[in-house]
Amino acid sequence: MTELALKGAPLDRARLLRLLQDYGVYAGVAVLLLVNIALTPHFLSTENFRTQAVQVAPVLIVALGMALAIGSEGVDLSVGSVMALSTSLLSLYLGYGPWVALIVAMLGGAVIGLANGSLIAFIGVQPIVATLALMVAGRGIALVLLPQLKDVRDPGMSSLGSGDLFGIPYLVLIAAALALAVGFTVRRTTFGRQLLAIGDSRPAAQLAGLPVRRVLILVYVIAGVLAAIAGVLATARLQASDPTSLGTLMELSAITAVVVGGTPLSGGRIRIGGTVAGAVLIQLLTATLIKHDLPPSWTQIAQAVVIVLAVYAARERGKR
Amino acid sequence: MTHTHTERPARATGTGPSPGEDPSDEAPLGASRAERLSALAQQHGALVTLLLVAIGASIGFDTFLTGDNLENMAVSSAFLAIVALGMTFVIITGGIDLSVGSLFALGGVLGAWGSQYGTLVALLLPLAVCGLIGLVNGLLIAKARLAPFIVTLAAMLAARGILLAITDEGSNTYLVDEKSFFASLGQEKLLGVGVPVWITAALFVAGAVMLRRSRFGQYVYAVGGNEDAAALMGAPVARTKIAVYTLSGLCAGLAGALNAAWLVSGVTILGTGMELEAIAAVVIGGTLLTGGFGFISGSLVGVLLLKVIQNVINQIGSLDSAYQQVVSGAFLAVVVIAQTWLGRRRRMM
Repeated sequence: MTELALKGAPLDRARLLRLLQDYGVYAGVAVLLLVNIALTPHFLSTENFRTQAVQVAPVLIVALGMALAIGSEGVDLSVGSVMALSTSLLSLYLGYGPWVALIVAMLGGAVIGLANGSLIAFIGVQPIVATLALMVAGRGIALVLLPQLKDVRDPGMSSLGSGDLFGIPYLVLIAAALALAVGFTVRRTTFGRQLLAIGDSRPAAQLAGLPVRRVLILVYVIAGVLAAIAGVLATARLQASDPTSLGTLMELSAITAVVVGGTPLSGGRIRIGGTVAGAVLIQLLTATLIKHDLPPSWTQIAQAVVIVLAVYAARERGKR
Repeated sequence: MTHTHTERPARATGTGPSPGEDPSDEAPLGASRAERLSALAQQHGALVTLLLVAIGASIGFDTFLTGDNLENMAVSSAFLAIVALGMTFVIITGGIDLSVGSLFALGGVLGAWGSQYGTLVALLLPLAVCGLIGLVNGLLIAKARLAPFIVTLAAMLAARGILLAITDEGSNTYLVDEKSFFASLGQEKLLGVGVPVWITAALFVAGAVMLRRSRFGQYVYAVGGNEDAAALMGAPVARTKIAVYTLSGLCAGLAGALNAAWLVSGVTILGTGMELEAIAAVVIGGTLLTGGFGFISGSLVGVLLLKVIQNVINQIGSLDSAYQQVVSGAFLAVVVIAQTWLGRRRRMM
């Protein structure tokens, strides 16, 4: 929108970088789509789009919470462990019915988020360290609760994992609804504005009398609950609870999606649309490499290069 | 924060006693009793906790204070300790290195593969590759001014990718000839103590001297204390940062190679989560993640504390290894809370 106003201005380097940062991720998605349409056999099928969308849903949901944390000039490393915890809790409480299990799993995520947020807001621990502690402890708790893989046989869960509405999988609908909700929260609510102000400058927000602690705690609680939801959905899709491996390296994928999508690590700015596109970009990149028989190792290296490029592009606009 | 920072360069340049022997150089002159106590707690808290846990463990379990158990703990601590040594330098500059776990695994695989061409290759190849990745980290952080957290995260992915690529996606494990000199670096004993322990001890002495007595060490503290001030004082900020990340890469690579010599194979799945263990050890050892303050000896104590806790949990037996993670995480949280609290107390006075 501001870009439209600048239309008359000459296209100098700074503006080019800015455009690249704002819309580069969409361009990247478009390029990958075109490349795949041209080169990958059977890419343009409903079935394939369905698979890709279902795979991206949990990553996206985690990334939404991560975007809030990063927007507040923080980060949440515990999201992968929260997914593991939620899958363990889900399995343990499934006997009481899927809704009870779902609520307990989300409560588990909220408790970890509350612990993260309290360490950060009240004690003043750096987000990276606070969430690191909960990352280590969280997976431990998940494994104590459920030491090994367990099949999930529940009609409600399997319909959640594989069912659809008008041909669109539930997982995708839920992810889209959550993305809209988080986007709305960031743009239209007082909480969203306070969150961005805190991310921009915490001392200034404090001086302005914003409820810094309450907002920060809420940010990490929301991030925890979103990660728990992602854990539940991943469990429903896989039809199994695997606290050992579910969510490992998820924090990296989520951070990548957020950063590639144009949200600066320095806080004060959140791009939900970009985050969605970032998650899609990573998924497409992985799918493309795998479809063309390049081994997973290449995917990791490619992802690393994309991260560095995205952060490099963003750096010109780093705060102050 | 500024208080803690302004005293650092002075401390680092001082020819005073070795790290943490004299708490009075921490607290300003005429410091109150409470302030001295909190400074003391911040510096020696980990050591006191280690002693208490160790005493408790030796009373509680007959198997704890046996030669075999101690030797086993020492050798298995050695590898993490070497990684934590490099990490300490990075964290004192106010940075972080998340790539060490991957570099540890990569170093192990390269070492095991290289051992077929002799010990020299087995040691130099991991050092060269991991050092190079560390150098790239440093260049991106110091020259392109990217966030250390993101750069080393990318390096973590990339190094793991390279590791997978050279091992046929992790399916190929390289073995070390058990009779080779390289294997003896991991397995032999000298005066009843494993060679890796001696190497680690030597590296820590060298690291402590470098940090405390050399110009480079002064720069490390100065950069972590206040980068702008350090630049104004004429410290080569960029070069110092590049050096610490390279050093961290070298340490992780070496630790990986020695670990491969100990296990007589390059295991591809090692090292996940090791960056977190190393960071935890450094933080538990009293080094501040905000940079500018910390010591090598603390990191060693941090590593030992983590390993003793793991050992105790193993001794209990009925508790499985999942509890190790719960306890380590809770422990890290407690230490960080204590550190923040102590730091704030001292700053207020």
